[in-house]
Amino acid sequence: MSSDEYTHHISQRYNDDLEEIRTHILNMGGMVEKQVIDSVQALIDIDSGLAAQVISTEKQINGFERQIDEECTRLIALRQPAASDLRLIVAVTKANVDLERVGDEANKIAKMAIKLSEDGALPRGYIEVRHIGNHVSTMLHQALDAFARFDVQQAAHVVKEDKDVDLEYESAMRQLVTFMMEDPRYIKRVLNVMWSLRALERIGDHARNIAEQVIYLVKGTDVRHMSITKLEEEGLLDNNQLD
Amino acid sequence: MTNSTNEMHQGVEMTTAAVNPAPDAEERVKVQNPIGSQTKEALSLENEEICVETKDFKLYYGDKRALHGINMKIPRKKVTAFIGPSGCGKSTLLRSFNRMNDLVDSCRTEGEIIFDKGDIFHRNVDVTDLRRRVGMVFQKPNPFPKTIYENVAYGLRIQGIKKKRIIDERVEWALKGAALWDEAKDRLHDNALGLSGGQQQRLVIARTIAVEPEVLLLDEPCSALDPISTLKIEELINELKEQFTIMIVTHNMQQAARVSDYTAFMYLGDLIEYKDTDSLFTNPEQKKTEDYITGRYG
Repeated sequence: MSSDEYTHHISQRYNDDLEEIRTHILNMGGMVEKQVIDSVQALIDIDSGLAAQVISTEKQINGFERQIDEECTRLIALRQPAASDLRLIVAVTKANVDLERVGDEANKIAKMAIKLSEDGALPRGYIEVRHIGNHVSTMLHQALDAFARFDVQQAAHVVKEDKDVDLEYESAMRQLVTFMMEDPRYIKRVLNVMWSLRALERIGDHARNIAEQVIYLVKGTDVRHMSITKLEEEGLLDNNQLD
Repeated sequence: MTNSTNEMHQGVEMTTAAVNPAPDAEERVKVQNPIGSQTKEALSLENEEICVETKDFKLYYGDKRALHGINMKIPRKKVTAFIGPSGCGKSTLLRSFNRMNDLVDSCRTEGEIIFDKGDIFHRNVDVTDLRRRVGMVFQKPNPFPKTIYENVAYGLRIQGIKKKRIIDERVEWALKGAALWDEAKDRLHDNALGLSGGQQQRLVIARTIAVEPEVLLLDEPCSALDPISTLKIEELINELKEQFTIMIVTHNMQQAARVSDYTAFMYLGDLIEYKDTDSLFTNPEQKKTEDYITGRYG
């Protein structure tokens, strides 16, 4: 199964419908990705204007979510998709939910940025936010890229990366807790940073989910809740495509 | 005093009663939660009792080879569906299972079809008996121009059953089995041609199962029926598989997906892919299968 094969249906309208759904989910992905990058930037620069902009795109993302769901439902009802078409629709439906959640998390970060702009800046925690923020936005980008190109390798890479993000998140938490114990005056503001880090960590999880859907859609194997070693054992990390 | 002990006693009883159901509840959870076991134990031909087996089965119409060496095992008391484009040989294969192709002059076969330990093409095989044991239902309902009762009783009379009581019983059993009894019981002696298409098809199924075959061959049994009758026949197939081994040829892929346990995809006289229906429709291994079931050109 490669990324252009879904256009080979006898029914041209079916091709167009599938193409449209795929375009919409990727557009939505692009918007969400930008939201994440902007929200992290807003937090680091304490830029409440940028944060407000992130929050204002939320409505559009929600609209996309509903539209994509509607299109998928319609296609299932009219076409009874099977095999790879069915997997594409299922994967899109699930990735749709994940993307919307990523948007919600970006929204939370933007709100924290606005709070911090009111409460005053913070001497610690930005390096971690910047670092984890970069990491998860790259992951999200790669997951969407894998979705666009039906790239199992790339998707598997994202799945692996999520483990690193979890470790980075834990170590950042430890540092910030130590910092709060040393200087309790900062507790309120540090908590805001912690919530933001938590949101970033969740974005990493969602990127992983999307990547797992890519593997499902190309290979037909459900790799959720599978360890990396199990994935390797099953030979899912090498590039054997359906022949 | 006595009262309070009584109350206490009752209290104790109540608590034990409340505690006791716990193990039951646990078991109930186990029974009600078969998700893990059911999804993991995917159907596999290796675990099935085999009813019919074809061994390198080839079939020719004159010089033209219609089947190129089919090897497949049909599981007992399961529904096996054959799908594929027109002319792929699925109906030809289905007809071979009760030697319906004998009626075609130019038809010649090679290889074996093993049913009940023997090759059905062996010269000692009584074809009439084979066709009783392997019954067939065709695309268009073909009831005899007789009463509903006589249609079902026909096969029994041919078998030499004369006692009215036995025939009455078997007719009722067959009509019930074909889910037609409730609609037909008050008009058993009306002409069968007065039934609707869907009812006629169920009557034909009743006629086929009346002689208690082991295998039911259904060649596009629903293609001449409306959606409601189709659903009734599908429901019927689901009930009949408790007793019979069923093979069905259908052009309606969703129907194959709904009614069958196993699906065989055929193309130009070859068996391309044959496995449990769920896997075939969600994750086929062969590109040809994928292209066909998703409606792509190859």
